[in-house]
Amino acid sequence: MTEAAFASDLHTDGSADLVLEADVLVVGGSLAGCWTALAARAAGAKVVLVEKGWTGTAGVVAAANVGGYSVAPDAASAERRRIVEARHDAAEGLDDLVHVERVYAEAHRAYAALEALGFRWDARANAGARFGRFIGPYTLHVLRGALERAGVRLLDHAPALELLAHDGAVAGAAGIERKTGRTWAVRAGAVVLATGATAFLSGAMGTHGVVGDGYLLAGEAGATFSGLEFSTLYGFAPKGSPSTKGWWTNSASWFDAAGRPLGAASGRGGMAEIARAVLETGGIQAIIDRGPDGFEAFSRLNHPNTFQYFDRLGIDPFRQRFAVQMIYEGHIRAVGGVVVDDACSTGIAGLYAAGDLTDRSRLTGAAMCGAGPAVAWCFASGEWAGRAAAQHARARTDRPARLEALGRVGLRFGTGGRNRPDEVRTAVRSEILPLEKTYFKTTTSLERSRTTLDSLWDRSAAGFRTQTADDVLKAREAAALVAAARLQTVASLVRKESRGLHRLEDHPVSEGRMARPVLLSGLDTIASDWSREPRMAVQNFGTLSNAPHP
Amino acid sequence: MIELIVADRCTGCGKCIEVCPNDVFAGFEGDQPTIARRGDCHTCFLCELYCPVDAIYVSPLADREPGLTEASIVASGFLGHFARANGWRAGRPLREPARPAAPTNAA
Ligand SMILES: Cc1cc2nc3c(=O)[nH]c(=O)nc-3n(C[C@H](O)[C@H](O)[C@H](O)COP(=O)(O)OP(=O)(O)OC[C@H]3O[C@@H](n4cnc5c(N)ncnc54)[C@H](O)[C@@H]3O)c2cc1C
Ligand code: SF4
Ligand code: SF4
Repeated sequence: MTEAAFASDLHTDGSADLVLEADVLVVGGSLAGCWTALAARAAGAKVVLVEKGWTGTAGVVAAANVGGYSVAPDAASAERRRIVEARHDAAEGLDDLVHVERVYAEAHRAYAALEALGFRWDARANAGARFGRFIGPYTLHVLRGALERAGVRLLDHAPALELLAHDGAVAGAAGIERKTGRTWAVRAGAVVLATGATAFLSGAMGTHGVVGDGYLLAGEAGATFSGLEFSTLYGFAPKGSPSTKGWWTNSASWFDAAGRPLGAASGRGGMAEIARAVLETGGIQAIIDRGPDGFEAFSRLNHPNTFQYFDRLGIDPFRQRFAVQMIYEGHIRAVGGVVVDDACSTGIAGLYAAGDLTDRSRLTGAAMCGAGPAVAWCFASGEWAGRAAAQHARARTDRPARLEALGRVGLRFGTGGRNRPDEVRTAVRSEILPLEKTYFKTTTSLERSRTTLDSLWDRSAAGFRTQTADDVLKAREAAALVAAARLQTVASLVRKESRGLHRLEDHPVSEGRMARPVLLSGLDTIASDWSREPRMAVQNFGTLSNAPHP
Repeated sequence: MIELIVADRCTGCGKCIEVCPNDVFAGFEGDQPTIARRGDCHTCFLCELYCPVDAIYVSPLADREPGLTEASIVASGFLGHFARANGWRAGRPLREPARPAAPTNAA
């Protein structure tokens, strides 16, 4: 099947191989998407959940364990403040504490609701079992079971390739089934995107399927983006392993490639020194010798994922130095993405978003949102998006015969092009993954990347060479990668200062007047604007101008 | 990266074909799967976890070309290692959800 065949085949008039009707369609079936689908179902909606991979193993934490923040309703006020304000200083003026508290309180309710679905915090009989700590595979296994019992229709291996719309409102999505190459279309009263962020195929654990599809889908519908300039996090993994889980990094001693100790630096705190050692000496090494008592046993119980590496290769990381690599994590543990309001609406009728795909800078500002806030946000945003989407669908009575297909670059524009998805992919990665370009950013290097990425976008718009369904998917994914890379690069250029995770080597200090979000919109021409304050971001939608005017 | 399926153990149940998030395996239920798209594997070990008979070995090295023999993998004791560490047996968690989840809605 070629792009042209997919595009003409499709679905706008209901001619896809499989056509389903739903109140709410959820795209993406990992933490955020599963919870969204359950929330929409609980609100009485008929729900379809489509997942590029398999709901149960897909998503960035499917193989690892994560902790999520929450605030209990009866928490003492000191405890409440400790959690709510944990990232406040690092947020550098871009968070919104009212929002933070609301998110963690909702997360608390969601974790309790998950328990009521049969989830056990002691599922692995380990010492570390506690409220808010999730074993990835187990959590998704429980969520899948709950979805099946609740009567949510699951389509696995069924990536969405584009949104469908009617009369200015999003009204469904269409895609393919990877196993058969058949096309599908779901006509829905509302769509929630929970497609995650992207790490630009850096190889970080669990990220092969998250290439920024949601940026493309939402961007084509007119969504606003924010916070992408803060995407400078690299995870540490034993060399050759994709596992960037950071449990050990603050308990290790670090050395450069020649074995010289790296000062007092440890883990994330010493990221700059470590990154410099990578560039200057070609590598880094570590040994986990600074953990508290019992750390070894605790780690083995809680992080079986990382230990597959050590055990299978016969390395004892507590007594032996091992080589370490830095792997780019893109927008995953950072904060940028699609701007949403308190109900997780994107500001576009019928389109909602949840989880990593969204802008999380209201939660942790210019700081990372991984290690607690991100998981809380997956549950809270899923709850709100699912509920609001169900309500929107209920209010919508029209069921139009024909829907407009919104997909363009990589799918429908200029079918004469002869680009190869893997070439475009490689070109994007070489603008984003290197430490020199993304960790040590300068205006000059960013401008150079922007030129390259703009021309990649134009090339992609001319079309790809596609024969099979898999080629169509890969072409669309390549377009998504270019879109995400361009948005991130423009965001970094607009913020001419350093703040939190965003550092410009040529503008090393932060400017008081820039303590507000940068908003971007458009995929062809990217317009930027500064909003007045974090909570204003979504209200500013549609009033964008090209000139940043802080 | 996915290394190999131990032919002696594999029952052809098709579970790995179903659950791999990156569609790495191909084949039909009843037959032993083939590793059709090795380059799409992202080393999540989840096919190992879901395989009911511990027949799959994933190398912890993301880019490695397969080079181990079935015999050496069986002898290593690492078949099913990730599953055991996660508290799973025969492709399922040992501790299933405490009670069956009620439908979330009467509708
Ligand atoms: C190693 C690691 C450790 C972490 N540790 C923590 C922690 O301890 N605490 C914390 O709070 N956070 C942590 N995080 C962050 C946290 O894991 C994420 O915020 C969270 O898992 C995101 O879930 P999600 O459902 O929004 O997105 P994802 O997990 O990215 O899922 C998106 C899903 O959408 C699917 N999809 C993509 N495109 C399409 C399409 N076109 N059609 C259909 N489906 C599609 C994908 O296949 C995927 O399943 C960690 C992240 C990593 C990588
Ligand atoms: S899951 Fe295991 S037994 Fe089933 S087909 Fe795959 S390798 Fe064979
Ligand atoms: S390790 Fe993960 S990605 Fe690789 S084959 Fe197994 S399930 Fe698929």
